[in-house]
Amino acid sequence: MHRRAFTGSLLSVLATAPAFAQSGSAPTIPEDALIQPVVLAEILKAGNPPPLLQVGFSVMYSEAHIPGSIYAGPTGTPAGIEKLKAAVRNFDKAKPVVIYCGCCPWVRCPNVAGAYRTLTGLGFAQVQVLFIADNFGADWADKGYPTAHG
Amino acid sequence: MAERLVILLLFLFVLPASVSPVRAASAPAPVMVGSPAPAFIRPDLGGKPVSLKSFSGKVVLVDFWASWCAPCIIAMPELIGLQKKHAGKLQIIGISMDESAADAKAVAGRFAFNYPLLMGDAKFGHLYGGILGMPSAFLIGRDGRIVKILRGEAKPGELDRAIQSALGS
Repeated sequence: MHRRAFTGSLLSVLATAPAFAQSGSAPTIPEDALIQPVVLAEILKAGNPPPLLQVGFSVMYSEAHIPGSIYAGPTGTPAGIEKLKAAVRNFDKAKPVVIYCGCCPWVRCPNVAGAYRTLTGLGFAQVQVLFIADNFGADWADKGYPTAHG
Repeated sequence: MAERLVILLLFLFVLPASVSPVRAASAPAPVMVGSPAPAFIRPDLGGKPVSLKSFSGKVVLVDFWASWCAPCIIAMPELIGLQKKHAGKLQIIGISMDESAADAKAVAGRFAFNYPLLMGDAKFGHLYGGILGMPSAFLIGRDGRIVKILRGEAKPGELDRAIQSALGS
């Protein structure tokens, strides 16, 4: 009885965030598609990085993002998926592309899984997803990696 | 000539600021434990102005949330319970970082909120040192200084313990 009540209230709580239902889950992204922040930071430092796409929320992008990254989200919503498709229209599908969000802890991210599925579905052969364990602040900005604002 | 100059200045300085109030182009000043809580006055979702200063003397929890942040939504019943438990001594203020007030209002309609909900944006986030992930919350002591910054999902009982500690100090 208690379990049923708990499940009911949890479902009710989750129903308040429509993005969750259509997002999938970040942990479903294959491990070999993940790129660690320290590795991406080194690539940025070396210059000539692959295209970078922030697929999360525009407020978060305005606050802070990886320099040179394009905003294309939020991909937890159908409108965000369309924005992503438009953003990559002229990209070379054979070359690497990096996506990231960092709004929330990895297991709760409503955006990256949908973005990954969309890009691989479009035929992109080298989609890499920045693994942000907790959030963009803790796992990127606070570590001193390059960050742009606005 | 002077008229053209005025129009030019208007386009260069006044209009950009008025049409894009949510963008914050420079790195925010850090907000740390012990520093005074940044003051704000903003309307709640019903249009009523809410000022941090008006809660002076109380412990205040400024909770940044969004409709797309699962842990934020899951924590809401606990926050409502804490506001009830510490009524008169604690004031929770929820700051929605949603892009549209409609998304925040949809969540507001699902819970019996007993504390005000305001709309935030990148500028508001910068005021609090940058909200680069959620959940994020700032606990403010009775003296108006930040006593604890909570980032990420709180452990069971963590918020209540922090609030009780702030109330006792």
